[in-house]
Amino acid sequence: MSGQEVFDHPDVVLCPGGPMLLRGDHVIEGPDGTRHATTRPVSAVCRCDKSAVLPWCDGTHKVLPEKLRPS
Amino acid sequence: MLTPSPRGDVSAAVLEALRTGAAPAAIRASDASGEDDLHLALWVLFELSYRGFEDVDERREWDPDLIAVRRSLEDAFEAELRDRCTPTPVGDDVATAIFAMCEADDGPSLATYVHRHATHEQVEQLLAIRSVYHLKEQDPTAWVVPRLGAGPKAALLELQFDEYGNGDPNRLHHHLFAKGMEAAGLDPKYGAYVDQAPAEALAQNNVMSMFGLQRRLRGAALGHLAAFEATSSLPSRRMAQGLERLDFPPEMVGYYTEHVEADAVHEQLAARTICGALLDDDPHLREDVLLGASVCLDLENRLAGRLLEEWAA
Ligand code: FES
Ligand SMILES: [Fe+2]
Ligand SMILES: [Fe+2]
Repeated sequence: MSGQEVFDHPDVVLCPGGPMLLRGDHVIEGPDGTRHATTRPVSAVCRCDKSAVLPWCDGTHKVLPEKLRPS
Repeated sequence: MLTPSPRGDVSAAVLEALRTGAAPAAIRASDASGEDDLHLALWVLFELSYRGFEDVDERREWDPDLIAVRRSLEDAFEAELRDRCTPTPVGDDVATAIFAMCEADDGPSLATYVHRHATHEQVEQLLAIRSVYHLKEQDPTAWVVPRLGAGPKAALLELQFDEYGNGDPNRLHHHLFAKGMEAAGLDPKYGAYVDQAPAEALAQNNVMSMFGLQRRLRGAALGHLAAFEATSSLPSRRMAQGLERLDFPPEMVGYYTEHVEADAVHEQLAARTICGALLDDDPHLREDVLLGASVCLDLENRLAGRLLEEWAA
């Protein structure tokens, strides 16, 4: 019997207005079939499609007008 | 590293005590002859807890007389920051508040200047100044780890593991910066450019050490981290493009391109997971978190203002 908290630690996190965080190792296939392997414990996948380093987020979503930011 | 050169009465007294092994003269923050004097003295005292100096006995780190001087300088610095940085509370969600503060900040940008206008020499000066922090990148925040509960501790380590190369020293961020410095013909040795760093840059370093070394200020340390990460991806892209424009070597450019991608992750982790988990444990730290974020923006604006003014002359 324990009162210790169980923490939420999802594998995928959708950040409001920003990227999708992916925990762990994954290979992402881009629209042209190119494969990109993750290299860090957590990776940020672009959801606004405006990043200069797709498929990863590069912070560009922050300078987009509100309506072009991912929900 | 050897001890740097003094910049006034307080730093001279501290350095004299350190080099000779004598007790420091009874000096306090009010004796400082200016920002340079105060921040150099404080920087030297904090450095005793990092890598230290070849010409100083390691035991001086915990010398009570030196700690008394340090406390006086820290108190003056903290009071000045609390006076100047008064974040206006926005909404409930701490991540939204931090991102909003960073977005609203319209201070001068060194990265924007480097992108299109800076000369090779100006960028070398900037890299030398930045090296005072980048060669100990993330270390000040590592002091916070044992002060946290499971939630914020795991969250902070998730970010720090990436800063420290995920177990591979070749990918460790302060090592990447050292490799960039070496390739660019600059001195990659830890502390090599402290004498060239203006008070504003030493203050940036000192604030991280103060927030990290005082448990009381752990909220400010993590708020500072969040604002630092949230103002890094886009400026790192501009830095990388400016360095390419000036034909800096790929190792130096690579340090910044790594930060475009890494900090797009880190800003989300720092603002949401780390500060979020900290405030779940300790809601009363919210004001300190926002203070830390505000201080980060303020001190970077002061350094940028100072250098851009110097370069415009
Ligand atoms: S979601 Fe960040 S750049 Fe697209
Ligand atoms: Fe980094
Ligand atoms: Fe980072």
